[in-house]
Amino acid sequence: MSAVDRIPPSEAILACDGLSKHFGGIRAFTDVAFQARRGEVTAVIGDNGAGKSTLIRCLVGVHVPDAGRIFFDGRPHPFANPDEARKAGIETVHQNLALIDELTVAQNLFLNREIVRRIGPFALLDRAAMKQRARAMLSRLSINMPSVNQRVRRLSGGQRQAISICRAAGSGAKLVVMDEPTAALGVQETANVEALIRRLREQEVSVILVSHNFDQVRRLSDQIWVMRAGRMVATVRSSQTTGNELVALVTGAA
Amino acid sequence: MSTPEQNAPVHTAGAAEESRPSLSALLLDPSFWADWASVVGLVGLVIVFGISQPIFLSIANLQALLLAATILVVLSIGQTFVVATAGIDLSLAAAVMLGAIILGLVNAAGYGIFLACVLAVAATSAVGFLNGVLITAGKIPDFVVTLGTLSGITGLGLILSGGEPTMVGSTFLLRLASGSFGPFGYPVWVAIAAVIVAHIALYHTRFGVHLLATGGQVESAGALGIRTNRVKIAAYTISGFCAGIASLLLVARIGSAEPQINTSLLLNSVAAVVLGGVSLFGGRASILGPAIGALMLTALVNGLTLLSVSAFYQPLAVGAIVVLAALIMRYQK
Repeated sequence: MSAVDRIPPSEAILACDGLSKHFGGIRAFTDVAFQARRGEVTAVIGDNGAGKSTLIRCLVGVHVPDAGRIFFDGRPHPFANPDEARKAGIETVHQNLALIDELTVAQNLFLNREIVRRIGPFALLDRAAMKQRARAMLSRLSINMPSVNQRVRRLSGGQRQAISICRAAGSGAKLVVMDEPTAALGVQETANVEALIRRLREQEVSVILVSHNFDQVRRLSDQIWVMRAGRMVATVRSSQTTGNELVALVTGAA
Repeated sequence: MSTPEQNAPVHTAGAAEESRPSLSALLLDPSFWADWASVVGLVGLVIVFGISQPIFLSIANLQALLLAATILVVLSIGQTFVVATAGIDLSLAAAVMLGAIILGLVNAAGYGIFLACVLAVAATSAVGFLNGVLITAGKIPDFVVTLGTLSGITGLGLILSGGEPTMVGSTFLLRLASGSFGPFGYPVWVAIAAVIVAHIALYHTRFGVHLLATGGQVESAGALGIRTNRVKIAAYTISGFCAGIASLLLVARIGSAEPQINTSLLLNSVAAVVLGGVSLFGGRASILGPAIGALMLTALVNGLTLLSVSAFYQPLAVGAIVVLAALIMRYQK
């Protein structure tokens, strides 16, 4: 069970092996091997403190690992910061959402990648084009939004999460990484975000999903990786596992 | 790729619903009054003063009023950029003094008025840049840094000038102060140009969006790759630049460079920003609001003077208006 199935590197959108990270004397995780298949939803589960979030942060360039190698799209990736990872095609949906309350939906969707028109030496925002493309981005993922001119402050948690995911997917990302995307959401909103993740998968965007929710992980993902106490202890196909088995793997009762 | 048109009717219907509440609902909504506080205040003052003292509405007085408002308008624009990043520039009025003194000294040394003006603006911009660097690289609160530079450049101004005013007898500045084009004097045109340029920078450039994002949620903006420190430094440099322009207008107006700080300019610039509906917590700003706020404060002083109210009462009136505006702002969404 704990044997890690190796897939050919060309099938992996993101892979790592021998990865370790510690902060001072505290080991976050040790000797981790992990692979996410292209076009699949790959879930990482584990108890609090198992090292999931730190692993994800290493993979998207927030932290630099102490040891080990990371491959993105078949090539070694040396991302020193999230900006480089983003340029290479990895978008992260942050746990704290990273939306600007006082800006509109359209402004948030295009933040730091605004469309501009050149007029002589000046570059002016093309607001009409951004609004139009923002509507297209939202409707591509069937996100229901009253108006792209609305300030984000007024939106619900689910709508905000939808915009975060839409922004991540809308930039032509090859891989979208989500850390607990439904942690703070109600039942209906969680269902909406789950539907959104399925649509991403339909559009062949690879997704890495960190979650506490075993049922959600089994519903959404193709492959599940289990971390326990800083180690990657198992990986299973979602279709071939049960909730009880996942609980056993996470707690170490197996 | 699915067609965006499919969902388009839904969006437009929603947008219309959102952006067009009924007039009565609008008038009962406190946030409407909060957003338009400076306009409502200005119109109110014009009506009150116009009825009680008809001279207030004479062309000559209105022209004088606009002329008197120009320096405050330019300073309020600079302050707006800083406040939009959730900062505050307390060194603004001191920078105006420093700019004026440098202008006077360079001109008196015989280097010509144009070089004097350029150096004055360069010096105040450098002060703003220094503020920004100290705040971002030094990780010191805005309030403390600009309070420090307020005192520092006051001292520098006194040292440079020896505490003595310098006469600036320049035909260029004289013409700037007294000449006019069309209905307005040149200083008014300078202020109008500043408003237009600042408005475009805030609403129609990437810098403007990044400025509001930095002021709104600095961590989120940083997580999205916006270089928030650079944005802050730029905001303070713009504030310094505006102080430089204001110093030219000031020297042109009074004909000499005086080593004293007009503290009411600083306080009124903050007041105009608040009246203009700019959030002191950052992330929300406009240029027209503070410009109209500056006009309103100038109109208040002008009107009270025409009504022969003692000058001693004027700061009291300004203070009352600002606190009232801040109370209304609480209803802003």
